[in-house]
Amino acid sequence: MKNVKIIIDNKDLVVPEGTTILEAAKKVNINIPHLCYHPDQAIKANCRLCVVEVAGSKKLTPACSSFVFEGMEIRTNTKKVRDMQTGVLELILANHDQNCLQCLRNGTCELQDLCRRFNISKTNLEDTVEALPLDDTNPSLVRDSSKCVKCNRCVEACQKTQEVHVLTHSHRSVHYNITPAYEMPLEDTLCVFCGQCAAVCPTGAIVEKDETQKVWDAIYDPRKHVIVQVAPAVRVALGDSFNLPKGDIVTGKMVAALRRLGIEQVFDTNFTADLTILEEANELIKRITEGGTLPLITSCSPGWVNFIEGRYDHLLDHLSTCKSPQQMFGSLSKTYYADLIGLDPKDIFTVSIMPCTAKKYEAQRPEFEKDGVRDVDVALTTRELARMIQASGIEFTDLEEDQFDNPFGIGTGAGAIFGASGGVTEAALRTAYEVITGKGLPNLNFLQVRGLEGIKEATIDLDGLELKVAVAQGLSNAKVLLKQIQNGTSPYAFIEIMGCPGGCIGGGGQPIKSTLEVKAKRMKALYKIDADLPLRKSHKNPDIIKLYDEYLGAPLGEKSHELLHTHYHSRNKKYDFSSLKK
Amino acid sequence: MLKTVSFITENFGKYDPKSIDSYLSIGGFTAVKRALTMSSNEIIDMAKAASIKGRGGAAYDTGRKWSQAASVPGLNKVVICNADEGEPCTFKDRAIIENDPFRLLEGMIIAGYTVGAQNGYIYLREEYSHLRPLLINAIAESKAKGFLGQNILGSGFSFEIHLYSGAGAYVCGEGSTLIESIEGKSGRPRIKPPFIKECGLFQLPTLVNNVETLAIAAAALTHGIDDYIAFGTEKSPGSKIISLAGNVKKPGTYEIPFGLTIREIIYDIGGGITDDNELKFFQLGGASGSIGPASIVDTPYTYEDLGKVGLTVGSGGVLVVDDRTRVIDFVKSIQDFFIHESCGKCTPCREGNRQILRIVDRFVDGAQNPRDLETAERFAHIMSNCAFCGLGETAQSTLLSAIKYFPEEFEVKGGKLE
Repeated sequence: MKNVKIIIDNKDLVVPEGTTILEAAKKVNINIPHLCYHPDQAIKANCRLCVVEVAGSKKLTPACSSFVFEGMEIRTNTKKVRDMQTGVLELILANHDQNCLQCLRNGTCELQDLCRRFNISKTNLEDTVEALPLDDTNPSLVRDSSKCVKCNRCVEACQKTQEVHVLTHSHRSVHYNITPAYEMPLEDTLCVFCGQCAAVCPTGAIVEKDETQKVWDAIYDPRKHVIVQVAPAVRVALGDSFNLPKGDIVTGKMVAALRRLGIEQVFDTNFTADLTILEEANELIKRITEGGTLPLITSCSPGWVNFIEGRYDHLLDHLSTCKSPQQMFGSLSKTYYADLIGLDPKDIFTVSIMPCTAKKYEAQRPEFEKDGVRDVDVALTTRELARMIQASGIEFTDLEEDQFDNPFGIGTGAGAIFGASGGVTEAALRTAYEVITGKGLPNLNFLQVRGLEGIKEATIDLDGLELKVAVAQGLSNAKVLLKQIQNGTSPYAFIEIMGCPGGCIGGGGQPIKSTLEVKAKRMKALYKIDADLPLRKSHKNPDIIKLYDEYLGAPLGEKSHELLHTHYHSRNKKYDFSSLKK
Repeated sequence: MLKTVSFITENFGKYDPKSIDSYLSIGGFTAVKRALTMSSNEIIDMAKAASIKGRGGAAYDTGRKWSQAASVPGLNKVVICNADEGEPCTFKDRAIIENDPFRLLEGMIIAGYTVGAQNGYIYLREEYSHLRPLLINAIAESKAKGFLGQNILGSGFSFEIHLYSGAGAYVCGEGSTLIESIEGKSGRPRIKPPFIKECGLFQLPTLVNNVETLAIAAAALTHGIDDYIAFGTEKSPGSKIISLAGNVKKPGTYEIPFGLTIREIIYDIGGGITDDNELKFFQLGGASGSIGPASIVDTPYTYEDLGKVGLTVGSGGVLVVDDRTRVIDFVKSIQDFFIHESCGKCTPCREGNRQILRIVDRFVDGAQNPRDLETAERFAHIMSNCAFCGLGETAQSTLLSAIKYFPEEFEVKGGKLE
């Protein structure tokens, strides 16, 4: 590609043709203010904060949507530019709920950062906020239109990244709003609660439903035995909230912090990830050998499960009946574990720490409750855990490392890579190969299914049996594979689908600013955890073997069926317009 | 002395707009026949020589626009006739469609031939739905006579015209928004680049021209440009259809040569002010245009002279306001219009209009705060500098020019506005 010479604020610079002014400025360490621009999304140019002066142009130029040209002279800090940017910011702030202290994004809000940068506190403008009612009736997400800056990032996440098509814009001018159609609450739509909207929101307009108080209450309740499980993807992302380098592995500090919070037993979801593999690999083998519905599709991503239940409910037979690792843990915590320590299940309070907002929805599904006792009592996102740690005054970065507790403390490398797209497939193949062939797997690394590509595929030779597998990350990619199944052209025996781009490491509950670049680092970290572990195959996990020996019997056995498997429902709601006639 | 002329409007009332035979009987389709014997470059040169400026409001040189459109590579291109005439006090495109629909079609065929397009779209504003049957008939009859369709008049050039109706949004008069609307999307402007001349309707290279612009092209090809550039001034040759309205005795559409003064337009053509009241101010080019006080009424109506006093030809609207109207009430009506018509996409337009409306409302009630005027002016400038599209950039022209020419009407007198 051709390079062009430009000047930004008196600094000479050579950049490739096709670079925007905003990106070029980053290269000389100038961060032009912006709210709608997001490095992983299309150019929107609607917030108008990034206007700069270009020599020869009377008008101001939006930096995010204007491309550099040879000899371009750009000024990003003139009086006019700053006056205009300040004015636009004041306009945004005037119609924005300024109660920052009560906002979950206090401290991670891009609008707040800009107001600090421009030293804006009180303007001449009248700041009566005109907004839609709060939408907080679903278990996962809260939408507060009084904090919405109409940047449209969430719309792109919902419509393009995920192709869920729930969030859109309605009306125009001062009535312009970002909302589901007919301003319905998310609960009444086919929202999958993946939280990708919340992950890209620059402000607190879409956030996870905060359930930290429930956990505090349980910790302070002397009758409750509070235990926690932590998903594989949390340990490579939590450090972001404490300004550690992106992709840092903070497993030990995380366990230590949880103990300091007052959690009695800290367990690893990697353990039940291994358990999922045992059940799922055997389910796959059974479907192949006994002629069951193929391809078998994974079911550990609740955003994905919500999606297929809503939009492709005619394909539900393809879904693995295995519960997700979160729910397998939940169910074992109130049965096997309760027996083990001799407690009444209702006195055990099971918390999960998940990278995911849809896990909250999953935890509250009616089928995951027995005799009035919920399998998982509260599912917190990574962000909520970070807030609890911050609230406790724990100096996270200086903590001494600690280890998970038994009996759910050992996870293999196969369980760890569940957190990255392709990980479940790789883990399943490691086990399926050895179960089917009875031989040791020569090479554990299935590189074809690793990485950030939308759809990955591989053909595996299982000692003469050729197995075609595919992996999709993000629901728009999932659709491609589902359409093949629908058309009868799917060549695969096994499909892994993760609802979020990158898999759980890019989940909607992860620390803010999980860009592609950050996701790649987290992914690398998970594969490092795997590579460094002595145990890398789920079926070699000694505590899993013990669990089957002492309690479950065999994979797909009667006890497994009761505790580790589930069923699905269509949620293909017909829109009820009668409720709209208010 | 007759101050109006008859070039663009020469066919008005001369034939039955419902009948192509009637049109042919007065020499209709001469322009198309002539164009088909010319090369694309010859037609472009002619348009350039006539210096026809775009009549939708932006006043971009038509010859240049056609030349750019012709040079964009692409086997499949589109010509759009922008008949979304949405500027308040603008109704000259309606007059053209009502009186001379076939000449408009001629203009589109010529534009299509010149730039190498195969399809033309007329984007008709929703409020003109009563004109749909007239256009549908004109298209069908033109096709039946071989002026549209495959291999027009044996020239090898093929062209179809499709009719689309808008849904009533003012912003759809902006070229890229109009395209979004035809594509079935909500009316919001597109990011440029890509420019619509390269990637417009259905991703195809697209030329958008106003109704009057296309009618002038057809008229100029019918008679040659000499008759046309004989009108007007050196820098603003030719004629223009204006929409004269407001407090004037004889409102209507008139074709005038460039160079008449605004006084001549109001008093000689319009017959003076209603009830012989005093002229207070006038607004040119619709709601997005500035207002001018009576003191500059002797300004000649040309691109260059109006530019000197901060006014524009714009869409050709001439709105006359007499001394019964408070400036702030006029500003309020314009502000209400833009509050209704902003698409809401960009911050300056959506939030700027929201805030300025609150201030304008306080002025109307005489309840303004001491810093309101300064605040309104500041944010009006932010809108004109930072908005995404022309709508937001020009929405505060009225307010800013009102403050400039009538500062006394924004002063507090005894706590109340007089």
